[in-house]
Amino acid sequence: MKKIIVSLMAGACWLLAQPASAALKVFACEPEWGALTQELAGDKVSVFNATTAAQDAHHIQARPSLIARVRNADLVVCTGSELEIGWLPLLVRQSGNERIQPGAPGYLEASQLVTRLEIPKVLDRSLGDVHPEGNPHIQLDPRNIAKVAQVLGERLAQLDPVNAAAYRARTADFLVRWNAAIRRWEAAAAPLKGLTLVVYHKDMAYLNAWLGMRDVGSLEPKPGVPPTTAHLADLVARMQAAPARLIVYMSYNSPQAAEFLSERTKIPAVVLPFTVGGSDKAKDLFGLFDDILARLLSAAK
Amino acid sequence: MIKQALIAAAVAAAVASPGAASATTDSDIKELREQVQQLKQEYERRIEALEQRLQQAEGVAAKAEARSTSAETAAIQAGTRPAAESAFNPAVSFILNGAYSNLSQDPARFRITGFAPTGGDVTSGKRGFNLGESELALAANVDHYFRGTLIASLQPDDSIGVEEGYLQTLALSHGLTLKAGRFFSSVGYQNEIHAHAWDFTDAPLANKVFLGGQLADDGLQLRWLAPSDTYFELGAELGRGRSFPGSNRDKNGAGASNLFARTGGDIGAGASWLLSLSNLRTTAQDRAYSDLNSLGTQVDNSFSGASRLWALGGVLKWAPMGNETNTNFKLQGEYFRRNEDGNLSYDTASATAGGTQTGTLRSAQSGWYAQSVYQFMPLWRLGYRYDRLSSGSVNLGLVDSGALSAADFPIYSRYKPTRDTLMLDFSPSEFSRLRLQVADDKSRLGASDKQVFLQYIMSLGAHGAHNF
Repeated sequence: MKKIIVSLMAGACWLLAQPASAALKVFACEPEWGALTQELAGDKVSVFNATTAAQDAHHIQARPSLIARVRNADLVVCTGSELEIGWLPLLVRQSGNERIQPGAPGYLEASQLVTRLEIPKVLDRSLGDVHPEGNPHIQLDPRNIAKVAQVLGERLAQLDPVNAAAYRARTADFLVRWNAAIRRWEAAAAPLKGLTLVVYHKDMAYLNAWLGMRDVGSLEPKPGVPPTTAHLADLVARMQAAPARLIVYMSYNSPQAAEFLSERTKIPAVVLPFTVGGSDKAKDLFGLFDDILARLLSAAK
Repeated sequence: MIKQALIAAAVAAAVASPGAASATTDSDIKELREQVQQLKQEYERRIEALEQRLQQAEGVAAKAEARSTSAETAAIQAGTRPAAESAFNPAVSFILNGAYSNLSQDPARFRITGFAPTGGDVTSGKRGFNLGESELALAANVDHYFRGTLIASLQPDDSIGVEEGYLQTLALSHGLTLKAGRFFSSVGYQNEIHAHAWDFTDAPLANKVFLGGQLADDGLQLRWLAPSDTYFELGAELGRGRSFPGSNRDKNGAGASNLFARTGGDIGAGASWLLSLSNLRTTAQDRAYSDLNSLGTQVDNSFSGASRLWALGGVLKWAPMGNETNTNFKLQGEYFRRNEDGNLSYDTASATAGGTQTGTLRSAQSGWYAQSVYQFMPLWRLGYRYDRLSSGSVNLGLVDSGALSAADFPIYSRYKPTRDTLMLDFSPSEFSRLRLQVADDKSRLGASDKQVFLQYIMSLGAHGAHNF
């Protein structure tokens, strides 16, 4: 018994002795916030992304590697609005890290900084996995990214005062480039105005609001419930009567349902990168929107 | 900018014209006047155009502002909660659980041969339709230091129990977390997980014989998470030792202690694992159970002494690219080894049948299980579990001395209980699950229990979050 305790202690000491990097440690729940932090902070921070574009942020395991990363984080940047409710509260509670508890400067929920859409009037699970605070998929409106960037840049400056000037300069520079890009995207996306879509999940609300597109159906019968054959049959009938222009699904959705509907209704299906890393071209936030628009424009021709 | 240029041009023109008049001819002046006039008209036209554009822009901005203001108002309105005391109500969730069971053996005669009965809820259940345990959970932050959780279990026999009721520090910093109250012990892997989140209807046989199904003690727990990028956690518990393998005692101090270490990590993007090792020490005092002696008389035996349990548990979860929505796989297993050292007293409650005698007891017993669950398509999962126990060595002083025979302790017969379990479940949503489970349970020597369970588990209220 004593031997075991001694060896455990030795192990703990070895772990403690591992070199700790001086850079601010940022834990990003989703890749878009990791990418944004990287834009605003460059090499002043080390960013860890908890999820990838291939994963659904609703369904993530509170796995050991994530607990360890939250334990050491100086800043946790997440979407919030209950998107991560199945795993983030556990990580935060088990971390024993007072710097990133909700309410502390090291805890930032991006969705709290923007105007949320689709806040449900009725809360009832028979309507699917609805989020009481509104639709959490805010990252597909670049104007939201700009709002988050301002607060995030200032938060980085607050947490790491030594590099505050660098964060502020990078944030100002990013916003100039980003706002110019928004104007460019808005001009390019003019033909998409009024486009009708069938979506997979209710995750296009912000992109639609930005570009003036409209979703007229979703492959999921209820938010968070995978497509069923009965629902797809119903959707086929509806789309044959009043076809939408496009079927859109995200990089982490399985393509079967969209392909099924597309085959039967001859409505083109297009897959979009949902976040940074969701396609070859979506290497950063600029690439993400470039690619989303390019795919939508080419599919809607 | 343009306005300034215009003023400058006008001033230049005004200054230039009188000076030029004296030195030049009338035609020159006329020409100059025409040019200035043209310039003036040109600028006026441009200013007008600019003003128009400005007005348009302002109009758009005002509209946008109005829109965003109304949207924000809507957001604020929707987010407003009544400013009453109830606004601070804790998160409430509850679990409904029920089953239909078909058992080929009488559950009243359920025994796991070779192991002392634990007094816990470890039987195969009731035959026919039966309501399972309903769980009511309340949780909220107490203040900026503490979080409180109460999980009450409402039993089908109309009794209410406190399954867990504990406070937990929110941020002691340095990776430390302290828990106090009643909580599931960190022994092995599955013990900490609530029954509604288990992958099978019932507990593994090893958990039944070594932990009385599930061990929840009253006490303290301190955990320390190492500041490394690799997960490594150490923990210690001090408790009352109120239930098996300990027993309720009227004594100051702690009746149970548990030390545990955990580590885990990722393998590529799709897989992650967790390993845990724990050592639980309890001191039992008159831990009683009933048996039948060689004459068929009921005897009340009780054990007093030290019980040490080692538990090694592990879990591996995999999903393609870490996206568990469509398919995923989970492999879980635990190994337990227990040594007990103390005295066993044997009491027939009638002097003619042997009376009361006490002798030493020294045992080394072990058991393990392994299970895997595969979600082969969205909503559907298939699972298999194998259980195996070894009664190991049990040395009874009363038998060695010849005072009694091994037949007087049928519960300690040498045996290796096994069980095969197959499970299929369907979860229409995150919040509901329907399960079919069949098992061939060879817990009792000479009796194979063919079990069929049809079970439902419903989660209501606040969205749950489950540990890895």
